[in-house]
Amino acid sequence: MHLPAILPWGAADGFSKQMLLVILSVVIIATFFLLAARKQQLVPGKLQFAGEMAYGFVRNSIAKDIIGGRDFMKYVPLLFSLFFFILVNNIYGAIPVLQLPSFSHVGGAYVLAGIVYFTWIGIGIKKNGLKYFKLATVPSGVPFYILPIVVPIEIISNFLVRPVTHSLRLFATMLAGHLIVMLAGSGIEYLVMQENVLLKGTSVLVLAGAIAMYMLEALIMALQAYVFTLLTAIYIEGALHADSH
Amino acid sequence: MNQLIISAATEGATSPLVPNVWEMGVVLVGFAVLMYIVVKFIVPMFEKTFAERAEAIEGGIAKAEQAQAEASAALEEYKQQLTEARAEANRIREEARAEGAQILAELKEKAAAESARITAQAHVQIESERQAAVVALRSEVGTLATTLAGRIVGESLEDDQRSARVVDRFLADLENQNAGVAK
Repeated sequence: MHLPAILPWGAADGFSKQMLLVILSVVIIATFFLLAARKQQLVPGKLQFAGEMAYGFVRNSIAKDIIGGRDFMKYVPLLFSLFFFILVNNIYGAIPVLQLPSFSHVGGAYVLAGIVYFTWIGIGIKKNGLKYFKLATVPSGVPFYILPIVVPIEIISNFLVRPVTHSLRLFATMLAGHLIVMLAGSGIEYLVMQENVLLKGTSVLVLAGAIAMYMLEALIMALQAYVFTLLTAIYIEGALHADSH
Repeated sequence: MNQLIISAATEGATSPLVPNVWEMGVVLVGFAVLMYIVVKFIVPMFEKTFAERAEAIEGGIAKAEQAQAEASAALEEYKQQLTEARAEANRIREEARAEGAQILAELKEKAAAESARITAQAHVQIESERQAAVVALRSEVGTLATTLAGRIVGESLEDDQRSARVVDRFLADLENQNAGVAK
């Protein structure tokens, strides 16, 4: 479902629909929140109220609850940007003409997971110095003879697997959802084209299934944006308080 | 549609896990731009609104508390002033009472002195009048005695009956004389 290459931009695929949608998402998010935040009235109007609800959700339900009272404000912009960037790009998949969740292309997911990966490692080093790597990999209270087993596991799970799962979780759910909905769509089209009336009729079943899957996908799109942001907050919290874990 | 999917499938013969570098670049730049806008404008604007709202609510509460404190301070002051005024009034009343009693005592004393003085004066006057009366009486009694003696001598002194008559007549004359004077 790619648009034809808009600009032959040196790359193999040129300027794709996915790139356009990513840029569009930045415009949508920035415009909406700038308009909502612009008035700054004490008693908010509808738009401002919606913007404050959305902002307050990330600020309070994710950043404040996970990272905690004192220094969560520093990470609100990152979490806020991540949540709405992913949310809008995912929801594209549920909008009929656009119908392409940007993160069904793995590159974007790698980029965001990479940003988060370097962010939380940076926070950990800044907070604890190089001792951070010891704190993150050697759990306290474990008998020394188990450490040779535990430490490699911790290294693998924290520093190698974590960014991979973080990015692939988002990418895979989006790709799978996209595939299922598209497959159902073309399946319906294929069945409707059949000469046999009975076979044609079975397209109704597929349609019912497709609608159900579409709803499920819409839920997963929002949920994955939340999960990705929540995990980011948890990683940052873990890096901030590595010494107490 | 079918051809599209088929073409996509053949096109994506490489693994879907291999990223398109240009897409990564667009996401990176797009996200950086979004982060910049969020950090620079959106978060400060929302935080400012939140802070102002909290300020407005807490400021209102603080203002109300201040007004409450001021009101109770004023009430306290009025109460104190009232107590002071009452004490002052009591004090003045006590003073007045004491002063009145003193004045009364002074007046009584003065009246007593005055009455004593008047009494003394009256005594003196009575004494002098009595003295005058004694003097006047003495001379009058002398004259009367002389007159009476002359009359008695004029009649016969031997006849006791006669002399008694003379004395009675003299006294009656005297009484008549007095009655005439009284009239």
